[in-house]
Amino acid sequence: MLFDALLLQLGYNATLVTIGAAFLGVSAGVTGTFLFLRKRALVSDAISHATLPGVGIAFMVMVALGGDGRSLPGLLLGSAVSAWVGLLCVNWLTRKTRLAEDAAIGAVLSVFFGFGIVLLTIIQTMSAGRQAGLESFLLGSTAGMLWNDAIVIAGGGVATLAVVLALRRPMGLVAFDPEFASASGLNVARIDLAIMGLAMAVTVVGLKIVGLILIVAMLIIPPVAARFWTDRTDQVVVLSGIFGGASGYVGAALSASAPALPTGPIIVLVSFTVFAMSLFFAPGRGVLAAALRHRRFQRRVHMRQGLLALAQGQPIYERFTLSLLRRAGLAHADGVVTETGRARAAKALRDEKRWELVRADQALEGAAALYDGMRELETVLTADQIAEIDRRIGGPKEIGV
Amino acid sequence: MLELARMDGLAAQAQSLEQSPLSVRGMTVSYGQKPAVFSVDMTVVEGSMTAIIGPNGAGKSTLLKAALGVIKPLAGRAMVHGKPLNGQRHRIAYVPQRASVDWDFPTRVIDVVLMGLYRELGLLRRIKVVHMNKAMACLDRVGMSDFADRQIGQLSGGQQQRVFLARALAQGADLYLLDEPFAGVDAATEKAIIDVLKGLKAAGKTVVAVHHDLATVRDYFDRVFLINTRKVAEGPVETTFTAENLNLAYGGRLAMAQIDQLELAAG
Repeated sequence: MLFDALLLQLGYNATLVTIGAAFLGVSAGVTGTFLFLRKRALVSDAISHATLPGVGIAFMVMVALGGDGRSLPGLLLGSAVSAWVGLLCVNWLTRKTRLAEDAAIGAVLSVFFGFGIVLLTIIQTMSAGRQAGLESFLLGSTAGMLWNDAIVIAGGGVATLAVVLALRRPMGLVAFDPEFASASGLNVARIDLAIMGLAMAVTVVGLKIVGLILIVAMLIIPPVAARFWTDRTDQVVVLSGIFGGASGYVGAALSASAPALPTGPIIVLVSFTVFAMSLFFAPGRGVLAAALRHRRFQRRVHMRQGLLALAQGQPIYERFTLSLLRRAGLAHADGVVTETGRARAAKALRDEKRWELVRADQALEGAAALYDGMRELETVLTADQIAEIDRRIGGPKEIGV
Repeated sequence: MLELARMDGLAAQAQSLEQSPLSVRGMTVSYGQKPAVFSVDMTVVEGSMTAIIGPNGAGKSTLLKAALGVIKPLAGRAMVHGKPLNGQRHRIAYVPQRASVDWDFPTRVIDVVLMGLYRELGLLRRIKVVHMNKAMACLDRVGMSDFADRQIGQLSGGQQQRVFLARALAQGADLYLLDEPFAGVDAATEKAIIDVLKGLKAAGKTVVAVHHDLATVRDYFDRVFLINTRKVAEGPVETTFTAENLNLAYGGRLAMAQIDQLELAAG
């Protein structure tokens, strides 16, 4: 079943939803990257909750005008307007009052959401509102998604993506260094508004599939996961888009493969899986790699300290150090140095002296920056440079290296 | 007669404005109700190296930021060669305080320097070999070309400061404004930075830096601008960097013994 779903063989509706979710995932991941880099992740929560009153009002207006009330473009337009108002409220509160951003977010989020729920309740008592199904916007509902809905979602996603790509440089610049950006003549406030506005567009587009409560996850989890894999902004953007798109695709397919698996929440869980994998297994920033690195580092420190102690005839107190030396055949169990150990220890001590000179030398600053107490000098300096340093240390110190 | 003299004065003033790469008139900046900078005039002299000095909280950085439009002033304006700042920004390069950014940001040293080419690159132009070479050349000038591929968080404070300077160099401006470039950097960096700045001056560029260390003012700069919310004095180091002016700027915060050590010009 899952295999069929992944190959889009589960029928018309499932295919529409899966493709739509993939588009949404890519644009949410890419857009969310700049929110995340600007450290405004939670603003998207306020934006998404602020869509609800707009949905209610749009429904009422469309019914009052004699229309269907459930037309998706109309509802999305309404949600966009109220989300924009919510966004401006957060912005205004943060800029013009002494309120901190988190407080402003909390206030706007709850007031707009509360108002939206009131409107939804009123709509349910209207004769036209019985089957409105507006509460599906809370958590998304993909059953009965139409071709036109999918077009709206895919089109909105692609348009958002295009704008993000066009504005990626100023947005990245503002996220990293707003003062410099401003001094270069960029309008920081306007670019911030663009970042938020794009997040709002993604939110509105995603209402149908994941709903307003969980859309934040699609904006934030992919960039956070991507950050584990790379130290470059452009790569974070691309990876985040890939993670988001894959989560949307796989999540939607999963939910289509079995009854009673809600699309939005499953997408979020899939992207969480990506996040968890990144958190643990990413090389460099991942938890596992960091732990391994720390262990390896610890071993090298102990080894080095042990060798230096041996070279200077000092006793070794730490059992871990001693066992490392013994296993490497450099010392006996009682701490007495072996023949190989003697040579290695002498070289360690000599390297230490060489490093001392390197670190005191202005001209070798680049090499000195790489000093960590254990690095082999041969990996940072040429043989000539080392010979020069040895000349400065002076004295016959040839050791059987 | 009087009318003529007045017009002469105006003409002279207009001319000095036109020659000045950065002039500030009547600048007041306020956080809340208490002005941090009050009605300050500043005229930067072309080709000079000017230190902005004053006690903590005297509004040095604020003045710089307001002159660049990073902070919106309550009153006053900044002009570049007598023209409004907007439209002349390509002539100005800015080095903000190192502490003002998040150094864990996912970006490499070379990417930071490329930010200095933002005006050239615009929104969509691709980064080509020319741009890379230019950025590398700027890194080379601050002695950081070996670090181009490092994530910026892996650098020491002094190295970070040098990367910021390289980014400003990439902007290819006539006027360089630096906010405490020597704060918390090692001796090697301080030397590297001052060498670059002196090189800029030798090339006819203008340098303005917020500066903390009174002991090096004489060696590094040829003009000083003393501020303590209000402007205290402005002029060449020899005539303006005096015990009297320092006392005016710092109030009682500077011990006489400290001032005596500065080998000040006889005020």
